[in-house]
Amino acid sequence: MLDQASPLRPKPGASDDERVIKLAVLAVGGQGGGVLADWITDVAERNGYIAQSTSVAGVAQRTGATIYYIEMARDTGRLPVFALSPSQGDVDILIAAELMEAGRAIIRGFVTPERTTLITSSHRIAAVSEKIEPGDGRASSEKVHATAQAAARRFIAFDMEKIAADNGTMISASLLGALAGSDALPFTRESYEQAIGAGGRGVGPSLAAFGAAYDRARGVAAAPAGEKAAAEPAVAQPRPTGRVSGPETLLKGWQELAARVASLPEPSRDMAERGLKKVVDYQDIAYGGEYLDRLDTAIALDNAERGYALSIAAAKHLANAMCYDDMIRVADLKTRSTRDKRVRKEVGVKEGSVLQVTEYFHPRIEEFCGTLPAGLGSYIENRPKLAAFLDRRINRGRHIRTDSLTGFAMLWFIGGLRRWRRRLLRHRVEVEHLERWYDLALGKAREDYALGVEILNCRRLIKGYSDTYARAQSKFDRVLSALPMLKGREDAADWIRRLREAALKDENGDMLDGALKTVATLNEGAAR
Amino acid sequence: MAERSFAKEVEKLRLGAGEEFAGEGILAITKALLQCGVGYVGGYQGAPISHLMDVLADAQDILGELGVHFEASASEATATAMLAASVHYPIRGAATFKSTVGTNVASDALANLASGGVTGGALIIVGEDYGEGSSIMQERSHAFAMKSQVWLLDPRPNLPSIVKAVEDGFELSEVSNTPVMLQVRIRCCHVHGHFIAKDNKRPPMSVADALSAPRRDTGRIVLPPASFLHEKEKVAKRWPAAVDFIKSRKINEMFGPDHGSVGIVMQGGMYNSVIRALQRLGLADTYGDTDVPLYVLNAVYPLVDDEFLAFCEGKQAVLVVEEGQPNYIEQAFAAMLHKAGRGTRLVGKEHLPMAGEYTGQVMLDGIGSFLRANAPHLLPGEVRAPNKLGEGVDTADLINVVPGRPPGFCIGCPERPIFAATKLVEQELGKHHIASDIGCHLFSIMPPFELGATTMGYGLGPASASAFNSPDAKRRSISFVGDGGFWHNGLTSSIGNAVFNKNDSVIVIVDNFYSAATGGQDILSSRASNRTKSTRHPIDEAVKGMGVKWLRHIDRTYDVGKVRAALRDALTTEEKGPKVIVASSECMLNRQRREKPLVDKAIKGGERVVKPKFGVDEDICTGDHACMRLSGCPSLSVKSLDDPLRDDPVAAIDQNCVGCGNCGEVADAAVLCPSFYRADVVHNPGRWDRFLESARRAVIGLLQRRRESRRLMFADA
Repeated sequence: MLDQASPLRPKPGASDDERVIKLAVLAVGGQGGGVLADWITDVAERNGYIAQSTSVAGVAQRTGATIYYIEMARDTGRLPVFALSPSQGDVDILIAAELMEAGRAIIRGFVTPERTTLITSSHRIAAVSEKIEPGDGRASSEKVHATAQAAARRFIAFDMEKIAADNGTMISASLLGALAGSDALPFTRESYEQAIGAGGRGVGPSLAAFGAAYDRARGVAAAPAGEKAAAEPAVAQPRPTGRVSGPETLLKGWQELAARVASLPEPSRDMAERGLKKVVDYQDIAYGGEYLDRLDTAIALDNAERGYALSIAAAKHLANAMCYDDMIRVADLKTRSTRDKRVRKEVGVKEGSVLQVTEYFHPRIEEFCGTLPAGLGSYIENRPKLAAFLDRRINRGRHIRTDSLTGFAMLWFIGGLRRWRRRLLRHRVEVEHLERWYDLALGKAREDYALGVEILNCRRLIKGYSDTYARAQSKFDRVLSALPMLKGREDAADWIRRLREAALKDENGDMLDGALKTVATLNEGAAR
Repeated sequence: MAERSFAKEVEKLRLGAGEEFAGEGILAITKALLQCGVGYVGGYQGAPISHLMDVLADAQDILGELGVHFEASASEATATAMLAASVHYPIRGAATFKSTVGTNVASDALANLASGGVTGGALIIVGEDYGEGSSIMQERSHAFAMKSQVWLLDPRPNLPSIVKAVEDGFELSEVSNTPVMLQVRIRCCHVHGHFIAKDNKRPPMSVADALSAPRRDTGRIVLPPASFLHEKEKVAKRWPAAVDFIKSRKINEMFGPDHGSVGIVMQGGMYNSVIRALQRLGLADTYGDTDVPLYVLNAVYPLVDDEFLAFCEGKQAVLVVEEGQPNYIEQAFAAMLHKAGRGTRLVGKEHLPMAGEYTGQVMLDGIGSFLRANAPHLLPGEVRAPNKLGEGVDTADLINVVPGRPPGFCIGCPERPIFAATKLVEQELGKHHIASDIGCHLFSIMPPFELGATTMGYGLGPASASAFNSPDAKRRSISFVGDGGFWHNGLTSSIGNAVFNKNDSVIVIVDNFYSAATGGQDILSSRASNRTKSTRHPIDEAVKGMGVKWLRHIDRTYDVGKVRAALRDALTTEEKGPKVIVASSECMLNRQRREKPLVDKAIKGGERVVKPKFGVDEDICTGDHACMRLSGCPSLSVKSLDDPLRDDPVAAIDQNCVGCGNCGEVADAAVLCPSFYRADVVHNPGRWDRFLESARRAVIGLLQRRRESRRLMFADA
């Protein structure tokens, strides 16, 4: 194979005027890449260039990755021979309308350090494969940024989607702005703006987005606060210092709890404060006290040499475990005034419009019993015929309008059951589960600190509602079922971490089962 | 109505002699047809020639003015059969479809047409869906030309060359009494360029003229003994006529120096890629002036022996650039050289890959390798012995990072809930054998649904499950077919077949009111009124007419529970024979295109409009993504929370949500979680709306304040 980067050797006598400029656009179907290609072609023609654009329409445009390709050369009176698709190592300007598409362009060899100006929007559109993992399946943006820095002659990246959205238009406008601002093409800003104007539709917003992106690309406008600079890894946000308000007596109680947090070892304080807020918000001050009591047992085992990893993990996962998702919590969250405000903001309800909100509930006998006093709840659960009878009456989808009085009042009432929560069946079950898990973790931590931390972290597996929740429980149990097999192994913590990560890869835990089989074979060698 | 409107562009079809046409390849072909005095055109949509059908449909006024008849054919077979109008009458006709899938369907008619031959020029424009972005099996149209002995043009991919090929094609067809196929590759169809127009021509004889003076000639009908004569006529008369025409009219082109020790022969469609490789090797300039002799086959079948042999004269080695396999052209040329006793070495697939698209890199490598082996003296020093330009960037890491992004269901697609329901019903009743079909619904085979085992051709989904019909079976097969495939040939090949053979399977007809995957063209069951076509013929009526007894019609596919119930019934009912579910909801892409401007206008005009959108309560969402495993909607994605207590990203719905309802319905049917909500914004609310709102908000606010004044409130909670 020839070296990818071998430059086009102009025929002897060919002047720079006859050079062909090659520009490829990689986009996700539906982003408006065709509009961008038309604009670029138009700009080139306005500047006395002959331009040719091609694309692959058809099903490739249905949300899949797609390529538009443009070649242009100064009009010398003769027709150039243009290629119809980009070649590896032979692209001058690569525009990617999404960050992973920039990564794809690099993989495909369309970006070379000697010549390619890579312009990409830094925003992400998660692919289906990234979304369906039960854990966090998203690809690493940092890796693409880092490779792009090295792979391109020039690398221009910022969130062009946001610029477009802020101006009420499509990303094609801000991509064109970034292209113009990059000066990668020998054309004036005015000619770009004329091309947008000639398009005729949504000219105002398009020009605004074009201008904003133009300035960003030239470095005239700074990155807005909050937007990460390119290639800068995500930094943890500073600790929030939220205001707490409420009745005097409760505030007093809160201050006592806050004082307890302040006396905790420094490294664990941040997580403990967050956790405390979560559980107090979930239930009450006393619940916060229980939380700190439980946390104290972890802290008692911990020390500074270990960086208080056990305490931090305990602070985090105890809070999550204590704030299990029951009907009361859902109803409480859905009837708060802050929630109403957030929905209005997200949906963009303008003054003078009316908002109607429909919630989707599907209660089953399990949820119903969980919300009954423990004795009654387990009475029903222990009688399958009765449970089935009741389930037939309960188990169906309910669409509840929380903007209506009856719908709201119903949820408001359920949210009000909070004060009796401790007596309900679900609470009893959750507390038992929590204590089993927590005791196990701390017990193991005494002999193997790291293993204790990993067992705490397994709480991450427990999430979802109904069937998903049941599957999560089963994964949690399966991961911990490896403990006897790992007994006495130095790498036990490592294995539990690996098992947990495998469990987060797919819905049913197939990867986890595979990993468990591996664990089962670990001691075979020794046994033989 | 099609997804893309060419209403503005078709005005370019009116350009007169000397004016410059600027636009897409597809539009140029249409213009060329009119310049040639075509009498009738038809075809079946499919990438990459969907837009050709759309252009024709949008150009019906112009066609009407010229007396040109336009058919939106029921299938490629129909389109090709239509060319029978050119058998006895000197009328030029054109048909267009996607190849090779369309050519497969058309081949019955094509063979009959080719046997009897034509009087008027018959042109078949095949859009070659090969290589990157293709959605079909990778085969060659070339074989069809050879087996039916119709001529195949493969012009250089620029507008003047394609336009000329249309003109040449009609003439070639007429002088040799043979239909001609004109092959245009996918990117060529969508290439933007220029050519100088000629005046449009009215057909000298219109189809109306023909009807008033009918002709027949038994000798042109495919039945013995005529058919035996046709076979001989093909080789004795039509072939030589075609070769003469191609030669005398210089259809094939020579470029570069007259003499040289090596040369390159190529399909016309490959010309630009060959030049690009030569440019990069320093052997051609921007305009294609090259140091290497080139023989460009704008006609790839039949080949012209003496033209080729003359090209090989004095050359030691000749490279054949022929994309796809088998390498028919290379084989034919090798035979010519052998029979002529020539010593020129013919190479092709030794330097170029046997299979796969000839991309820029493949060409650069292949032609470079050919020249290094056979004419190193031509190559500049730095190509012969390149200085390593550094290691380049290591992308190995990146390959594991960048996710694949295959095409999938659009935002709000009405087919998504059908497959969500199928996935749910399989959770209850176990896995089933599922047969898929051609169309958007084939995206079901991808994550997150991963449903469907085979796809056997348009409208053949249920047919491809027909073997799975056993009295011993404990489970039924499920097959899918779209409305496009249903009308294309599914009604007979799939439904009729299932009825006749008492097939005990479940058939789901996915009805989205259009031939959606090809760009939203109207079909028989489309609900919109169409000025020139007859629509609104319900699928269930047709199915009943075929004799199906068990039929369910779902008129809102977003009702996941209902679809699941219908599937469950179909899979478990005691009733024998095919169980057919017609699941109808309008293609969201088309619906939005139709409704969005109207809604925006209504809102601006002060009318009361309710606009739905979905949202997720992020503090209720636990980040298990079960909803996404039943959706895959581009609008439903993941986002990180700024909360160290939470490890996994939660679900979030972006601004592009069209409020189709799938999220809520799936959450309900699959009993997922209560974090979804639907927010209906009432724009320009009426007095009653406002009164109700203020009353409700007053009471709700009271309740909220009451509770919130008795608890701790965390500003950042």
